[in-house]
Amino acid sequence: MSAEISELPAHEIVTRLKAGGLTAEAVLEATLERIEAVEGETASLGGDPGDGRGVHAYVSLTVERARAQAQAVDRALEAGDDPGILAGVPTAIKDIFCVSGTASTAGSKILANFVAPYTATPVARLEMAGAITIGKANLDEFTYGSSNESSAFLPTPRNPWSSERVPGGSSGGSAAAVAAGEAALSLGTDTSGSIRQPAAFCGVVGMKPTYGRVSRYGLIAFASSLDCPGPVARNVKDAGLMLQAMAGADPFDATAAKIPVEDYLDQIEGGVRGMRIGLSPDFSRLRYPDPETGELREQALQPEIEKELMKSAERLAGLGAEIVEAVELPNARYGIPAYFVISRVEAASNLHRYDGVKYGYRSEREPEDLFDLYRKSRGEGFGPQPKLRMLMGMYVSGEQYEKRYYERALRVRTLIRGDFERAFEKVDAVLAPTTPTTAFEMGSIFGDSVAMQYADLLTVPANHAGIPAISVPTGMDNLGLPIGMQLMGPDFSENKLLQMAHSLEQPLDSRPTLVKELIGE
Amino acid sequence: MAPLEDALPPTPPSESSITPKIFQHLVSLAALELTEQESEYLRRELNQQLQVIRDLESIDLATDLPITSHGVPYSAETRPELRHDRAEPSDKADAILEQAPEVEERFIVVPDIPHTELE
Repeated sequence: MSAEISELPAHEIVTRLKAGGLTAEAVLEATLERIEAVEGETASLGGDPGDGRGVHAYVSLTVERARAQAQAVDRALEAGDDPGILAGVPTAIKDIFCVSGTASTAGSKILANFVAPYTATPVARLEMAGAITIGKANLDEFTYGSSNESSAFLPTPRNPWSSERVPGGSSGGSAAAVAAGEAALSLGTDTSGSIRQPAAFCGVVGMKPTYGRVSRYGLIAFASSLDCPGPVARNVKDAGLMLQAMAGADPFDATAAKIPVEDYLDQIEGGVRGMRIGLSPDFSRLRYPDPETGELREQALQPEIEKELMKSAERLAGLGAEIVEAVELPNARYGIPAYFVISRVEAASNLHRYDGVKYGYRSEREPEDLFDLYRKSRGEGFGPQPKLRMLMGMYVSGEQYEKRYYERALRVRTLIRGDFERAFEKVDAVLAPTTPTTAFEMGSIFGDSVAMQYADLLTVPANHAGIPAISVPTGMDNLGLPIGMQLMGPDFSENKLLQMAHSLEQPLDSRPTLVKELIGE
Repeated sequence: MAPLEDALPPTPPSESSITPKIFQHLVSLAALELTEQESEYLRRELNQQLQVIRDLESIDLATDLPITSHGVPYSAETRPELRHDRAEPSDKADAILEQAPEVEERFIVVPDIPHTELE
């Protein structure tokens, strides 16, 4: 019984709660039971890498907060009040968001002891809508990775479909938690694909809204011109519901647009008849470094992913969509090189605030002076991935190199944006695979910062352009690993994208393999 | 601290790489203390990333092509108004101070701040 409750879609939890057949406390307890059954060893700073007997989705659980929230929802329901559109829905928060009174670590030693004094706007809005904050999900350190292996909190999350595979990243804990029934929803962030790529790897839905649709206030910043908070869910309807609760202007974020928020569920079952959906050869002919030589060369998609793309297009065509082939997005291939520059400059700027003085980790070694305290605290507190980003950021924005690298990258971004603007004159959305491969093996590319970055090859163009994109599960490869397809649309077209994605999604009909093993099915 | 231009060559040669000298300068700009092993890994990765970044140089950019600092354009209708610059009371001072590694009588303690005595 409780296993089934922990796998209920969010929208069904809300309906059943409001109908009186279920309580928020029962949903919470069922979810905690599932966590107990599948989570395995709790992650800790510098902990043991684990033996694969667990999903390890969380950095920390916020059980007391969750119980108090669940009781409040149940009291409101009893009193005949409306507790909100996410009443009683257990929600995991990627640990890159500040939640008042909780450890907010960014998966890093430098923030391991940081207790946030305030709550991020998207989290506050979810809680206002009745969501239950069940815990903080693990992530790549400061979101810097595509496998979740760089977190300072070990064991790092596993893919619920295979304990030997990564869940993707950086919102790996979020996607793993939702896939494994450890939360119905999770709040993630997508800077180059960090919501969509792990969602694809774990067989769940992940949406990167338009830049500025959801406030970034309280999100620990990586690349401020690219970061987008967004939903991770088990189905498109739940993703729409979650976005509904979070979207909109915020006096604390000057980039949160004041465009009115539509009703995302109103049209969600409206189908795709008459919609024009584009396919782009530029998302099938991939240019990435040869694993042997490191030279950039054109390589094919994993054949099963190519096949799944065709099947998805046929499915949409069968439902009445017009498939437009050969949509040109020729500059998408420069997404990763441009990202290597832009995101690093922004990261270097954002990470300078960690100094061992105001909050976070301070080295215990005796410093010579204040500058030495900075160097020691930052040297000991940051892992290799943040260090790499700061150093590259310093290099490509140096006075001599700025024009050659940073300014050029920002102009290439204009080309990428222009490609999409032209494409959306012809089509309502572009359909493409979310990832070039399905989930790769743990340890297989970790440490190779170039190969890891190229895992975002198909997702990063949408971040440069600022446009919304949603990844949905559509099938499996022959190893039993999920395949995800994404739809990218014009600015603020979330409503239409959700409608199309609802027609495209093919929820995977069995429990993830690792979950079955762990619950003894 | 030496200015960047002293450490970085003005015109990087085509197959230029981040040399140990440039690397050390970046490390000091980033205020990091690194082990030798870390430095070796980080410098190698930076140079591999640079190879990929150089792909951008193959693009023929029109001289008047503007930069895009973020993807979505902001018009007067979509851009939120900035808040007035005025102080507002906050009850978070204690919670914020509690996060500081070392505090004495509500002052954050830091080691000696490098300075020069003026005559």
